[in-house]
Amino acid sequence: MTAPSSHDRYRLIARLTGPVGPELSCDECFEALDRYVELELAGGDADAAIPGMRAHLEGCSACAEDRRSLRALLGSEAGSSDGSGGKTTGECDA
Amino acid sequence: MTAWRIDRLRDAGFPARLAEVLARDTKCDLHALLDLVDRGYSPELAARSTAPAGRARSAVTTSNGGPANWTADTCATRVDRALIATSRSSVTAARGEQETRSWIERLSATGAERDVALVELHVLLSRAARFEVNRRRTRSPQMSRSDGDDLAHQSAEDARIAVLRTLHARKVGSRFRTWTYKFALYEAAVNMRKRAWQEREIPINAESGLLAAEGHQHVAERSDDTADTLAALSEAIDGELSPHQREVVVAIALNGVPIDVLAEWFNTTRGALYETLRDGRQRLRAALHTRGRGIDEHREPA
Repeated sequence: MTAPSSHDRYRLIARLTGPVGPELSCDECFEALDRYVELELAGGDADAAIPGMRAHLEGCSACAEDRRSLRALLGSEAGSSDGSGGKTTGECDA
Repeated sequence: MTAWRIDRLRDAGFPARLAEVLARDTKCDLHALLDLVDRGYSPELAARSTAPAGRARSAVTTSNGGPANWTADTCATRVDRALIATSRSSVTAARGEQETRSWIERLSATGAERDVALVELHVLLSRAARFEVNRRRTRSPQMSRSDGDDLAHQSAEDARIAVLRTLHARKVGSRFRTWTYKFALYEAAVNMRKRAWQEREIPINAESGLLAAEGHQHVAERSDDTADTLAALSEAIDGELSPHQREVVVAIALNGVPIDVLAEWFNTTRGALYETLRDGRQRLRAALHTRGRGIDEHREPA
């Protein structure tokens, strides 16, 4: 067995323990996702506007990927492909 | 030429009378108008802020039913102030509201108007679904283009149903296009995940013993203290979680099963399953705390 790196172990612990603090549910996340991403792309303070979203995106890799996809699509339409969505602590890359 | 300008303005959402006045005014910069609308300004605001004083601005005031004693310049000045004061997000929300109203009207209509609206909606949803399928197909090289097209088409259809079901309850906070995209991206992502796992076994059995062994294997190199934490988590998975929580935590957090795939396997929803995951994680954090191990100390150093 290949020994997991320190990075892998940190990520595993993060996936098992999840984000700390209040977070939205998946349904609430989906409801607010379009507004959140538009605020992000406009340079607004999306995390302040939608509390609990950041924590949820750290804990739910599927919702985090939905966010990355929406950012990428809107970015591509704006002529500036955006792949800088960032990874989440709960990343499972579905 | 005028007819072409009218068509372009009408396509961008300008009311008929305003479009006609602007199209006939050769001093109006059509590209600037369309660019403003594309950036989220309403057609009326775009016209007020770009049209030269005169008929066009008067047309805006008239079409909006603004106060009759507003001169064109006064109107423009007020609008300029409003434009400066209005945040970009509120402009977007205003446009989203206008767009949504228009879509609801058109999709609630009958005959050709509704048919055209449905086609336009399908175009938006197909674009997003294809985008997501193509993005993910790089991770599924065995998927043929034809399969990808079929999956994108099905995802767009699933999204269309979801959009039409929730359209009237939409809480406007974004552009209509962005709102519709998220449905298609979601459906395409879920369908792609399910397809990628359709031939695979779902590993839900607790194998946290492996987690413990893995942790202890690296005790000797305990430079970052993660081995003991993993061992403690392994104990907590076995001893602190309910059987269902254990299955969910192990499958998603340990074995990387996509939450949508597991939700289908359990015949439930992503949201319900995430609640179980969240409750399980809370128990694991509490167990670590009881064992004197904090969470923050195990966050990866920046």
